Amino acid sequence: MEGVAAPAVSGPSDAAGIEGSSTGDRIYRVVTFLCAVSIPLLLGFIALEIIIGAWPALSKFGFSFLTGSTWDVGAGEFGAAPMIYGTVVSSVLALLLATPFALGVAIFLSEFAPPWLRQPVAFLVDLLAAIPSVVYGLWGIFVLLPILRESVMPFLATTLGLGATPLFSGPAYGNSMLAAAIILAIMVLPYISAVSREVLMAVPRAQREAALALGATRWEMIRDAVVPYARSGIIGGIILGLGRALGETMAVTMLIGNRAELSASLFAPGYTLASVIANEFAEASTEFHTAALMACGAVLLGVTLLVNMLARWLVGRVGRDGR
Amino acid sequence: MRICVTVTDSDLQGAPSLIRSLPVNARFAASLSIVTSLAVLTACGGSESSTSDSAGAVASSSSVDLNGAGATFPYPIYLKWFSNYAEQTGVKINYGSVGSGAGIRQLSEGTVDFGASDGPMSDEELAAAKGGPVMHFPSVLGAVVITYNLPDVTVPLTLTGEIIGDIFLGKITKWNDPRIAAENSGVTLPAQDILVVHRSDGSGTTYIFTDYLTAVSAAWKAGPGKGKSVSWPVGLGGKGNEGVSGSVKQTPGTIGYVELAYAKQNRLPSARVKNASGAAVEPTIESITAAAEGAMSQLGKDSDYRVSIVNAAGASAYPISSFTWLLVYQNQADGVKGKKLVDFMRWMYGAGQQSAASLDYAPLPSALATQLADRLSTIQGVPK
Repeated sequence: MEGVAAPAVSGPSDAAGIEGSSTGDRIYRVVTFLCAVSIPLLLGFIALEIIIGAWPALSKFGFSFLTGSTWDVGAGEFGAAPMIYGTVVSSVLALLLATPFALGVAIFLSEFAPPWLRQPVAFLVDLLAAIPSVVYGLWGIFVLLPILRESVMPFLATTLGLGATPLFSGPAYGNSMLAAAIILAIMVLPYISAVSREVLMAVPRAQREAALALGATRWEMIRDAVVPYARSGIIGGIILGLGRALGETMAVTMLIGNRAELSASLFAPGYTLASVIANEFAEASTEFHTAALMACGAVLLGVTLLVNMLARWLVGRVGRDGR
Repeated sequence: MRICVTVTDSDLQGAPSLIRSLPVNARFAASLSIVTSLAVLTACGGSESSTSDSAGAVASSSSVDLNGAGATFPYPIYLKWFSNYAEQTGVKINYGSVGSGAGIRQLSEGTVDFGASDGPMSDEELAAAKGGPVMHFPSVLGAVVITYNLPDVTVPLTLTGEIIGDIFLGKITKWNDPRIAAENSGVTLPAQDILVVHRSDGSGTTYIFTDYLTAVSAAWKAGPGKGKSVSWPVGLGGKGNEGVSGSVKQTPGTIGYVELAYAKQNRLPSARVKNASGAAVEPTIESITAAAEGAMSQLGKDSDYRVSIVNAAGASAYPISSFTWLLVYQNQADGVKGKKLVDFMRWMYGAGQQSAASLDYAPLPSALATQLADRLSTIQGVPK
């Protein structure tokens, strides 16, 4: 751990040492400083604009915008609870589905795969991230939904007898929270697996050799020496995936069923913050409707920041307790 | 935005120490962004072409004579008109199919020369328009088709307004409901649940459909009402015509609504709907034009044309029909542009109407087209 902390501390002091050594360095420093500062400024500007746009809705509904579950454009009543619920549940579910799979891929590629297989498989997994969202959506409509409707959902509900639980109850339409979570899982998988793979491959050889020298089997070596060493990096990858999942719009909109209703069942259609904006913004006719959609944008920004801060804190904690 | 994950080996040197210190996300995001440009050229290239629809709308803006924006519903026919008109006259008209709501906003702000909408502007919207009074000009007719998936039913179903309303309200839940059966004697209806599919995105199609339901069903009027997005009591939301028809095509027992042109081009089954005079009418170009003819009595010379023609009179009128409108300022600030716009619209009411049917839009009744062409002379600020 000490060896890790050292470069992070010495970095800035090194920079201080060469500070002012020439005009070129000074200009370079100013330019990079401006680049760095522009990002928080831009973020602040975006947040400000969204909040100004959302103000009519936020000031009218206040906190009940977050807790209300009625979204009725005609009656001018806007509560975003179903969308917040749908955004968080679909993303978390996607991570639960994708993470074990992505870790399996990453461990196989870094530990077991022969070199001739490693590059092509890694490339193909990465390629998943290159497929446009709308293509995932279309694939979902024409391939995933029929499979869910005709095989997976009846299997879960009747064969496994889970239909009696609130989680898997109700008619199997296909379009559902489950469908959205599955498509999101496929979409975030390459992010998690790519980061995890690179982190695992960067674990020092000595770490592995030491574990093996102590008599560990290959499985024990991976479990006790390699994965813990890379843990915070892997969590970083998962956060990256979570960020993608929270904001993903097109594919989710095409598969989630777009119903602003709170339902415990994963078979029931749901809604997400990003979807409602994508669906309704272009045709929003009243000023109030537009403001409510802007408020959804503000909430999405808030949820994303909150989740990322939580995750950042988690990375810090795991990093400290790791060894 | 699309990010393609690729990490080069050089990114990995010293990765563990860096990654375990804070900036995991930031660092990775940086390395991702480096490869983004490359990836866009290769693997992501497909997404470029898929957006050509919107790119086409803003193409060649430097040489454009007129700019318009609005409804997506008449986009195909507008595109055809504008290109035909440019071929004949050299006048280039650019149209952004951004949605009726956005079209009204852009017209009100004066950022476009004309707007387009599937629903008429409200009085508040008219009052908010910065360029003065806005005139509504019906340009062409469209209709909404009720489509369904019942594999064993081969003849077109007949439905009434009340039945459609109660299905979409969730009051009729089975296909073999006695009320549906009463309208379809001789048809064996399955004892299957009805699954409603509606549009999730705000749309003119939804506006026309809910306008119709509001006209024929008191319960609908008291409940969800009419609008481009409404609070649906039951069912699933599909994005766009293709989202609705995708769900309907795949799932037995579903019912949904799509615009006529889309239904025809994709050969979707369509219900015959009973109109105001009690006749069951199939949605066709002729029956839609007949709906506008049935509404002619409301369309006198002093009409502002903000009229709904759903459930129109006439034995052959298809009841879920609607105008789509061009929105034009009565006082044109720029005479040259105003002249071009009026000339185009005069062409639209002549030659334009004749080409509408080829794209499954219904032409206006010829008497109405003549009347509207005459009305163009009431636009002010245009050199005669």
